[in-house]
Amino acid sequence: MTHPIRLMVNGAPVERRVEPRMTLADFLRESLDLTGTHLGCEHGVCGACTVLVDGRSVRGCLMYAVQADGASVVTVEGLAERCPVMGTAVARGEATLSVLQQAFHEHHALQCGFCTPGLLTTAFALLAETPDPSPDEVRLAISGNLCRCTGYVPIVEAILDAARQLRAGKAG
Amino acid sequence: MKAAAFDYLAPRRLDEALEALSRHGEDAKLLAGGQSLAPLLALRLASPSVLIDLNRVDGLSDLSIAPDGSVRAGAMVRSRTLECSPALARAQPLLHAAMPWVAHVQIRNRGTLGGSLSHADPSAELPAIAVACDATIELQGPCGLREVQAGRFFQGMFTTALAADEILVGVRFPACPAGRRQGFSEVARRHGDYAMLGVALTVDVDAGGRVSAARVVLFGAADMPVRAGAVEAALLGEPAGADLARRVAGLATEGLDPRSDHQASAAYRCELARVLVRRTLEKALASTGAGR
Repeated sequence: MTHPIRLMVNGAPVERRVEPRMTLADFLRESLDLTGTHLGCEHGVCGACTVLVDGRSVRGCLMYAVQADGASVVTVEGLAERCPVMGTAVARGEATLSVLQQAFHEHHALQCGFCTPGLLTTAFALLAETPDPSPDEVRLAISGNLCRCTGYVPIVEAILDAARQLRAGKAG
Repeated sequence: MKAAAFDYLAPRRLDEALEALSRHGEDAKLLAGGQSLAPLLALRLASPSVLIDLNRVDGLSDLSIAPDGSVRAGAMVRSRTLECSPALARAQPLLHAAMPWVAHVQIRNRGTLGGSLSHADPSAELPAIAVACDATIELQGPCGLREVQAGRFFQGMFTTALAADEILVGVRFPACPAGRRQGFSEVARRHGDYAMLGVALTVDVDAGGRVSAARVVLFGAADMPVRAGAVEAALLGEPAGADLARRVAGLATEGLDPRSDHQASAAYRCELARVLVRRTLEKALASTGAGR
């Protein structure tokens, strides 16, 4: 049996019918074709599927789409669109990266890119709550996201740099 | 890695949830934060035919802090809410101090107090905190509400006093008396992992500087949170001085028979028990008390 759900995804209203067992992450990828949200372990360990639900970072594989009825969901695709909220936008060809995404690019905070959507959404939520995090706070915040390429150091640097830029943008 | 098909119910009222639970019996599972249940379903270690989602039930997410510092938390209060409440940090410092150790922020944003206690993972933090704080757990069944002390609620690995037709609806934490010292620590391979072993403790020190009560709780050491009774007994009546922790910590393994698994051997867990009890006690005794 399917259930009707209505929610906001990246600022746009969405209505679909879902099977209860469909995870939010599968719903985003398969029903909405938002394949930026990655699925690694599918049981809550790797953090690749992290999305924002009502502004909070959650594991997209540990929540069922039917539970997101009425919620507002933001995926990595939504971060670029949200860059005016984040501060100074940096235009790159057709795509517009947020300050945070641009910082990941510049600090080489990704290699294969599989973990990147989850790290970006997690870092986005961190900076929304804690605009001036310490390096240790950043490390703790991303402790639930596995990256097998970078060794995490450039990721921490990118998040701290984005935080600096966003604070400066707000001050200016 | 996908859950087997299930029916989904999202009651708005507690009596509807209880009625659904009675109707579906063993076939149903209650869904709280889902941070333990969803993995079990994904791995097909469990395949209930019905999930009863508690997330939309009115009144289960209330967190109330009385002027005396006693707290009543609804079962669906999220871990992150407990972590981020300054008022809770003042009222129940031990509960608050443990929260950053509970998994990762994405898990704490969904995971709930009642869910963790009902799941009763032997390595989880919240069951040990409930025992250390002498919390009272409220269980609502079709015939009414009953209350169980945390120390009697946990009965074994993933096993509690919760009956099949009951829902854990709330937890009450008694006020911290003046002069209470408390501490928490754990060792895990990576921060946020389940602990290989951890300790949560409260020590009450009277006006004369002597220990009047102590609760020293180990988790990850047995099938459920256990009190280190020999340490507690050795603390009672002693002056809360600097060398007390060192004198009593060796008793932490008395009667303890921890398991060996892929994370740690039993011998290592015993070593952790002694070391963590000593360090946590030292730090707690050096502090100045609850200071509410």
